[in-house]
Amino acid sequence: MLQRTGRCSASYYKNIIKPLVKLQTCGLQNDSTADKTEVKHFNQIRTGWWDEMGAVKPLHSMNKLRVPLIREGLINTGLIQKNFISTPKPLTNLKILEVGCGGGILTEALARLGCCITGIDVAGELLEIAKEHSASHPSRENINYQLTTIEKFAETNVEQFDAVVASEVLEHVDHQEQFVEACVRCLKPGGSIFLTTINQNLLSWFLVVPVAESILRLVPKGTHHYDKFISPHRTQKFLEHNNCRTRLVHGFFYNVLTNTWFWTSNTVVHYAMHAVKL
Amino acid sequence: MTTYGIFSLQNCLKLRHCAKSNSNFLRYCSNASTSPKHYDIVISGGGMIGSTLACTLGKNSKLGTQRILLLESGKPTQWTVTDKFSNRVSALNQNTYNLLNNIGAWKHISSVRSAPVHNMQIWDAISDTVITFNQETSSQVVAHIVENGLLLDAVAKELSQVSNVEVRNEVKIKKYTFPQGNSQMVTIELANGEILTSNLLLGCDGFNSQVRQSMGVTFVSWKYDQKATVATLKFSEPVKNVTAWQRFLPTGPIALLPLSECYGSLVWCTAPDVADYNSKLSEEQFVNEVNEALWKVYPSNSIIQESTKTLNKFLEWFHLPSSNRQQLPPKIVEVEEGSIASFPLGFGHATHYVGHGVALVGDAAHRVHPLAGQGVNLGFGDVSTLNELLGEAAYSGREIGHINDLREYETRRQRHNVPTMIAIDGLHKLYSTDFLPVVLLRSLGLQFTNAINPLKMAFIDHAGK
Repeated sequence: MLQRTGRCSASYYKNIIKPLVKLQTCGLQNDSTADKTEVKHFNQIRTGWWDEMGAVKPLHSMNKLRVPLIREGLINTGLIQKNFISTPKPLTNLKILEVGCGGGILTEALARLGCCITGIDVAGELLEIAKEHSASHPSRENINYQLTTIEKFAETNVEQFDAVVASEVLEHVDHQEQFVEACVRCLKPGGSIFLTTINQNLLSWFLVVPVAESILRLVPKGTHHYDKFISPHRTQKFLEHNNCRTRLVHGFFYNVLTNTWFWTSNTVVHYAMHAVKL
Repeated sequence: MTTYGIFSLQNCLKLRHCAKSNSNFLRYCSNASTSPKHYDIVISGGGMIGSTLACTLGKNSKLGTQRILLLESGKPTQWTVTDKFSNRVSALNQNTYNLLNNIGAWKHISSVRSAPVHNMQIWDAISDTVITFNQETSSQVVAHIVENGLLLDAVAKELSQVSNVEVRNEVKIKKYTFPQGNSQMVTIELANGEILTSNLLLGCDGFNSQVRQSMGVTFVSWKYDQKATVATLKFSEPVKNVTAWQRFLPTGPIALLPLSECYGSLVWCTAPDVADYNSKLSEEQFVNEVNEALWKVYPSNSIIQESTKTLNKFLEWFHLPSSNRQQLPPKIVEVEEGSIASFPLGFGHATHYVGHGVALVGDAAHRVHPLAGQGVNLGFGDVSTLNELLGEAAYSGREIGHINDLREYETRRQRHNVPTMIAIDGLHKLYSTDFLPVVLLRSLGLQFTNAINPLKMAFIDHAGK
């Protein structure tokens, strides 16, 4: 880890270490890809996290797309045994890691499908919400939350998971390549990684930052930053560098009026990616 | 473990003995058992829609482990096959047929009896204009005529094999209490004091739905100034009986649906006093009235005659089917003893089908005039959509009965039900008059629709959905 940190640019230290002084660190180390200002930001929007019409309502409605994405992706790669297909618990016997689980919106939905899921995040206060909320979940024994960074977690969990999910996370981390590398390290060979994030172009910036944050107030102001948006090609390149073959790149779009997400072939704003580790 | 089992069994027997000897103890027992029993889904009403819904949800592999309870106020019905046809029948469209086939109930129906409808002929008594719907290929049918009792029995047979559905008969419900938000439960208080809780309550309890009344939703409704008389009729001779006949009289439509080569089922909508008078007639007089209603020639206006003739010539000129090739319905000779019955007709629509933890299905949500034979099909359509959406919700890790999924059900069904209901009500109003301009317009419209095949197919498609 130190070696990798050594490679990092000076601006990284300027961006990270400076705000670090003022912030509660949640036990983060300097070499983490987690951005401290982002961590602080997310800790602040803890209220109403589980209110489906609240501060993060698009994350709730996004489950309608991303849960089937993960389920069908795992069926297509053959990780789901035939006899579990079309049953209420299709993910039975699978170990899934969710990186950047936040308040556990996706984590709980996946746990309900029968998998053993570990959710990690660096925002301690969100994890508290996640833990509290999952206490009454019917599959609570299958959910495990940990306050840690993916780098630290990957050290002790090499090739442990059938699937790694990082939904709406990539656009919030520093050093996205290291982040992807650490995610893939946790993956068993043949396992699947699912990413959803935001493309980097003027249109996506316009729709996500001024429109969604300031005008429509769909998500709290300051949630997204243009320089962290990432084009599908770069994401794909990072995955290929880490010995993953991309199976699917698909765009999706948000209908503000109906609070629903829908698939589209156009990846210009939001996109999802599914890759398999060789 | 085994010895423990026997021991506890002995204890149980002892307790029962105690209970018999001591009524106070019995009271204690019943108090102790009032901690509410929980079901994932409770279906209120075990009619055709409620039973089919229970069976469909119970067999949905995506819902697999859900515990379902079906509550019915009546006794379990016993259907025995006799030569006599029941007077209560339904015309099931292709979608309803598919649904019953998928849950395995259709094989029980087809092993007994059902009548396919390949053709439909609808005509206007005043202008004699006709519209016909023919499914040329024999595999495609417009509808299947099935006795309601037989359908219920077939579904009950399948339902008895579904392990996660519990059926309770003769249950009266005292009170429903609905939650205000998500992740809370519906409480159902039975008349015997027992309390049940459920994540989702599905109201299939008919057009006087107690569930709907408890929800307090607005129910837009009115009564038609008509009563439907039903009866089983015998023809003068065996015919190839694959046609549904319907004649629009100024007093209301009369329909003759196929049952077998020699029998047909009557649905005759007419003014309430006429219907009451007809029900009291002797069988012979009743048959006469029916034949008159089917055959009587109404004085026709020359303007209408000329207009329809001109349109016919015009259509023939374009080689389009003209509507003067009317087939004749079979002659009635007898009415099955005791098969005459009549019931009032009405329209009703709930502005909301769903609330937190509750949804209305079938007649509880909507009631239509029987002139298009769509009422029960709309209900079965609700069943299919609800089953699909609940299955998808469970398969995508959502809680059962989440308000968003219920709203999706409401949206999808209202998008289909409301236009259908408006069309049926519109047809009723259109044919309830003998006002000349209206008769003229509807006659020309009917001829035109009959001539333009794609238009006709669009109607069939919508009705079959």
